[in-house]
This record gives sequence, C-alpha cells and structure tokens, in this order.
Amino acid sequence: MPALSPTMTHGRIARWRKTVGEKVASGDVIAEIETDKATMELEAADDGIFGRVVVPEGTNDVPVNEVIALLLNDGEGKEALDKAPPKGPAPQPKPVQAPPAQKPVPIKEPTKPSDQRPGSGGTPQSAEPAASGAMVTQTVREALRDAMAEEMRRDPDVFLMGEEVAQYEGAYKVSQGLLAEFGPRRVVDTPITEYGFAGVGVGAAYAGLKPIVEFMTFNFAMQAMDHIVNSAAKTLYMSGGQMPVPIVFRGPNGPASRVAAQHSQDFAAWYASVPGLKVVSPYTAADAKGLLKAAIRDPNPVVFLENELLYGRSFEVPTGDYVIPIGKARIAREGKHVTIVAHSLSVAHSLAAADELAKEGIEAEVIDLRTLRPLDLDTILASVRKTNRIVSVEEGWPTAGIGAEIAALVVQHAFDDLDAPPTRVTGQDVPLPYAANLEKLALPKPEHVVAAAKAVLYRQ
Amino acid sequence: MRSSMVTRTTKSAKSNGDNGGAQHSRDDLLRYYRDMLLIRRFEEKAGQLYGMGLIGGFCHLYIGQEAVVVGMQAAITPDDMVITSYRDHGHMLATGMDPKGVMAELTGRTGGYSRGKGGSMHMFSREKNFFGGHGIVGTPASLGLGLAFAQRYRNTKNIVLAYFGDGAANQGQVAESFNMAQLWKLPILFIIENNQYAMGTSVARSSAQTQLSKRGESFGIPGRQVDGMDVLTVKSVADEAVAHARSEGPMILEMMTYRYRGHSMSDPAKYRTREEVDKVKNERDPIDNVRDRLLKAGVDEGELKAIDREIKDRIAGAAEFAQQSPEPDPAELYTDILVSLEGAREARDA
Repeated sequence: MPALSPTMTHGRIARWRKTVGEKVASGDVIAEIETDKATMELEAADDGIFGRVVVPEGTNDVPVNEVIALLLNDGEGKEALDKAPPKGPAPQPKPVQAPPAQKPVPIKEPTKPSDQRPGSGGTPQSAEPAASGAMVTQTVREALRDAMAEEMRRDPDVFLMGEEVAQYEGAYKVSQGLLAEFGPRRVVDTPITEYGFAGVGVGAAYAGLKPIVEFMTFNFAMQAMDHIVNSAAKTLYMSGGQMPVPIVFRGPNGPASRVAAQHSQDFAAWYASVPGLKVVSPYTAADAKGLLKAAIRDPNPVVFLENELLYGRSFEVPTGDYVIPIGKARIAREGKHVTIVAHSLSVAHSLAAADELAKEGIEAEVIDLRTLRPLDLDTILASVRKTNRIVSVEEGWPTAGIGAEIAALVVQHAFDDLDAPPTRVTGQDVPLPYAANLEKLALPKPEHVVAAAKAVLYRQ
Repeated sequence: MRSSMVTRTTKSAKSNGDNGGAQHSRDDLLRYYRDMLLIRRFEEKAGQLYGMGLIGGFCHLYIGQEAVVVGMQAAITPDDMVITSYRDHGHMLATGMDPKGVMAELTGRTGGYSRGKGGSMHMFSREKNFFGGHGIVGTPASLGLGLAFAQRYRNTKNIVLAYFGDGAANQGQVAESFNMAQLWKLPILFIIENNQYAMGTSVARSSAQTQLSKRGESFGIPGRQVDGMDVLTVKSVADEAVAHARSEGPMILEMMTYRYRGHSMSDPAKYRTREEVDKVKNERDPIDNVRDRLLKAGVDEGELKAIDREIKDRIAGAAEFAQQSPEPDPAELYTDILVSLEGAREARDA
C-alpha cells in the first residue's frame, strides 16, 4: 500500500484494474486506492506480469507499506510468487509499492468515555444539548460534511465556496457529496484567489446570504486576512450595528505532516485577538458537527479552525439536529490535581498525557476549549480553583499565544488559587522544519504535557 | 413635465465616451445640477469643519469628481447596490442618504449613520443600498462582487456599482475580482474613478498600462474610458453599461476625473502645480458645465440661485445638526461588536 498523501496511514483497495496474468507496463494503472483524501489511481513502477492479488478488492484499512499485489519480472515464473513473503517490505518478486513515504506518527486515540460523548461530559457550565438520540461513529470529516449538508437543507441562504469544494469534493474530501445534492449554485468552485473570494463571501454576507468560505488551509487565508478582519469582523461596529456579517471561514489550521513552514502555521492566536470574530477550534467529531452548525447559524463572522490530522479520526456523534453553543469549553476528563487546557489536536496529546499521569497517581483535568473567542474563562477558573495548577497546550508559537492569554487571565483572576506558575506547552519558536526528526522536535507531544504537569506539581 | 430639451454640447470634446446624442430634459439637468451642488457644498462645509477641528482623522473630499457619481446614480434603480472606498461622501449623498447623518458621522456624533463609530471612511445605509465606505481601497471590487453574487444567487435583476480609484486598481484583489466577475458573468460595473493621482503618485508613475479601462482585456471584460467631468456623458455611458451589466455581466468604466483638493486634508500637494488644478477648475468643472447648459437652455438665473440658496441652507442645517448631536455614550464603546444570538433570533421571529 503506497502512501499517497502526507497524512495517509491506511488505504482502501477500491478496485483492481488488472487481472492475474495480464501484462503490465510501467505507468499502467493497476488499482484504484481510496486514501484519506481522495480516490487515487495507482500506477505500476515497473514492467512485468500481474502475478497475484494479495489484498482483495474492497479491503478497508490496509496499512501503508503492506504488500497488496505481486508483479512478476520478465523471466520469472509462477513459482517466484510462492517465494514472496505474504507481507513486509521489499519481497521478491517486486511488490507494487510507491516510493517509501514517511509515515505520520500515529497519535494515541484517547478512549475516555467523556471524550467520546461530549454531550454527556458532565460540565456544569455547559448548556449543551443532551445527546438524547442515537449515536453514530463518524470521522471528523464526515461530521463536518453532515453539519454543512444539514444546514444547507435547513436554510437556502447557506452556500459553500472555495477551491476544489465542488467537483473535486474538497481537497481533504470534506465536501463529499455536496455538489451532487445541492448543485453548482450552492457549492461553488473558485479560482485560486483567496483575497478575492474571501471578499466575495463577505460581500454576499452583506447582502444577507450565509456563506461558508472554505480555505484549503488557513495558511492560504493569510492572503484573505484583510477581508476576515477589516471587512468581516469590523463592519458591524463601523456601521453602528447596521451591518451584520453572517459568514463562516473554515478549513484546516496548524501543522499537518511533513509539509514544512509555509503550510503548517497555527493561526489560532491571530484570529482570537480580533474583536468582532468568534473563533472555534474543535477536537471531536461531535464538537466539529455541533459547533459548525452553530457557526453557520451564528449571525457573526466565525473562524472555524479544523485540523487535517483529525479529519480521519472517528468519534461517537449524536444523530439529529445537534448544535453546541459557541463559547463553552468541555471538560474532556475530570481530575483534581492539575488542569490541562488545550484545543484541537492538542486535546489528544493532553488526554494521552493524562493517561500517563494517572499511572503515577496524578489526576489531571483536561479542558477542551473548543472555542477560543470568546474564551470560556469560567470553566478554566473553576477548574484552577479546584486543582490550583494549570498547563496550557497548543501547537502555535509561544509569543502572544493562546497559552500566554490563558496564563495572564488565570494570574489576574485566580492568583490566590495558584500553587505554581501557569506553564505553557507550545510549538517551538521556529518556522516548522521539514526534516522528520526536526519536525518532531518542533511540535508538542504528550511527554511534554506530562513533564509540564509534573513541573507545576513540583514532581520529578 | 417641462418640455424643453437640451442637446448635449460638444464642450466635453476630450470625452472618449459617447452619449450618442442623447437628449436630456431640463428637469434631468436641474436634478444633476442640484445633486452635484449638494455634494460640492457638503464637501466644502466638511473641509471647513475639519479646519475648525470638528472633524478628525482622515477626510477625503470629492470636490471635482461630482459628475461621476451623479451621472452613474441617475442610471440605476433604488434596488441596485452601491459600494465604494473612502472618498465616499459624494456616493452617500447621491444614493439619497441624509446630509445630516453623514455630516454627524464626520463629527463623530450619535446622529451619524454609524452612530459615530465609523467616521468619514466607514458608513453604510442598508435602506439606501449603500454598502460602504471602506478603508481598504481595493475592497469594493471584491466585496461588490459578493453583492453581485448574491443578486445572481437570489435571481434578482439588480446590479452593483463598485467604485474605486486609479490607485486601488493596482491592488491584486481587483484583478482577482475581474477574473471571477467575468468567469461567473455577475451583474457588476467596476467604476474606476481615475482622478489622476493615487495620493501623490500619478497614474503614469504607478501603472504600466495607464489606460485603466483596458485592465479587463485579458479577462474579456469590456471597458470604456469616459469623460468623468461631464455628467451627461457619464449618464449616457452609464445607461448602456447598466443594461450590459443586467443582461451580460461585468464592465469596466474608467472615469477620467479630477480632484481639486488634496488626497486628504493633510496633503501638501507638491506633486502637481497650482496651474494644473486651476486649468481643470476653469475649463472642465462639472457643475459650471451643467450650469452653462441650463442658462443656454433658457433657465432663469434666479432659479439657479434659488437652488444654490436652498442647498446652502440644507448644508448649514446638516453642519448645525452635526455639531449639536451629542457624542456617543461611553457605553457605546462595547456595543455592536457582535450580534447577540438573542437579538438575531428576535429579529428573525419579528
């Protein structure tokens, strides 16, 4: 199984395009592989005879680097097939395989029930809808798609625009099926023209429509920041309350995997500093769905920061019209010794760290911020008053970051409750490097969170 | 309806626009005269109030360019939409916004259109379909295209007039918007008000292609260069362009115009000579132009004087209002940042 995207860890054999015994020339399409992003054609790297299907058509979750078929070189007979190991790299005859790609570091899937059922997490401050209906297991990607589809069914003024959202069905497959259901009037492919189409979205919102503007990644939204900040966030104020701007800017934010500095920036702190915006950054699929639906219904501009590495993760998601109020954090895990606040992928690191800490008898309380603006200070302070210690975790840079803000607020509002200085775990203060080892060094991991938690507990 | 008709004179010989010998009624001319004079007197008063310290910050006056917006607005309906950048007072008055509310915004008072929170550069009137007043000069192109997108989405017959300057025409988002406008054939007119100077930089010093009407060529957008000092030429071209936008899609109108005053109030004007300014004032002034036509058409000078007086009084009233209207309550600092969900729900249910 070849790695066909930077974030792909598994693939599905959608279809074999060659049959056993057929001649294969280098460049021939031999299979269709469904990745986390798209269905790709797999081309043969060598000439030969299609010898054997190892993984049959329709097989899901085939790990990257697993042998999926065998090609016979010229002169090799069928007996060579039996010498080939059934699995593993570089067998003879040649396996059908793409050049080795770096496998993304798998992040441990947290298994706490409260994590999977955000609606029943027992947060006293949260005015969350009870997840009364049935639950389904969904990826974050599917949850986002369903949120958009449901809101588009509900409100004819809602439409989606962005690069590759329609015919390609989303660069990360988030808008799958939307063009087919809603047509090109409401699912609009744009040119590569972020500044321009962000302005078109805002202008359409001025006229009363409710656009969802997808940025292929928020790195490209840097070009559109003028419209997000100047044209969307400030207009209600500048118009003396006359001109609401009901718009959602959404897309993946922060580092993905091995895409280096210009494709890996975390913009959470930038947007969270802007009055007139709401900023949401969910972790679970349920939150992604409930908060995206809330964002689309919100009469204000909402920046909705997703995470590419989370798109393929599965969580339990309530069915039905599940809407989560913006501005409410979620206690992802209860504890009494130390508070850990995080958002997006950092919640996974924090939950993994909490598992580790539990082994040493430390009960960490993990708060999933979910919304970065307005920040749910009440939930943070209530937790700090209980634990007297706080660690913040984010992938963004440290200077003037989300953690810096939280530290300042906690010191200001709960100084007497603190038994240790607030401590931050952040991405390193460097442009994100490409080299696999350097990239690992630059980003927060569970062990950093464990170390920070122990530090504020004055434990080794 | 008065019957006397005035044929367009050839005074605007430099015009590249062609008004096709269109006839303009005496009433039309009087209306253009009145509308342009209202803008001129408003701006003069604004300059005066600025000098008195009653208006702060930036204040960009439209004096000299009145024929552009008055001619364009005469060609559209109240349902069509207008958006511009920050030399915007004339556009507001031309869409029918109340001079009192505009002037009170300039003085930063509660009686202003944005309750004192937007200022000269940021005003809106949903009622008059005026969508700003934007401080970033190229944004009317893309924001205006969004308004046009919404018209297409809702299947209306309305069009959008997106005004911006020769300087703004060099911003990347303008080219991006041209591309999408023609790609999607959206109902929009891009009106480039070429007053020759982007702040202090002349078009020749900033643009490789100085004929800005040609900026749409590579996108297949038709463009016209128009004598923007002649309101009748503007109106005639506008009629054709508006029809084009309603049925075909975008068009670029480059309005050759001139601002008499500085870029803003703090402009030392070292980039052009006094003689250059005086020559335009004396030979091409859009208001004198219409006034001459009216007199030639037999309109009584007394009638024009009465209009002058009436407008002067109206502007004096606006200036008075703008000074009497109170400053915003300090509590206004924290209002209008977000629409409350409750408020939005009530508005929807109402």
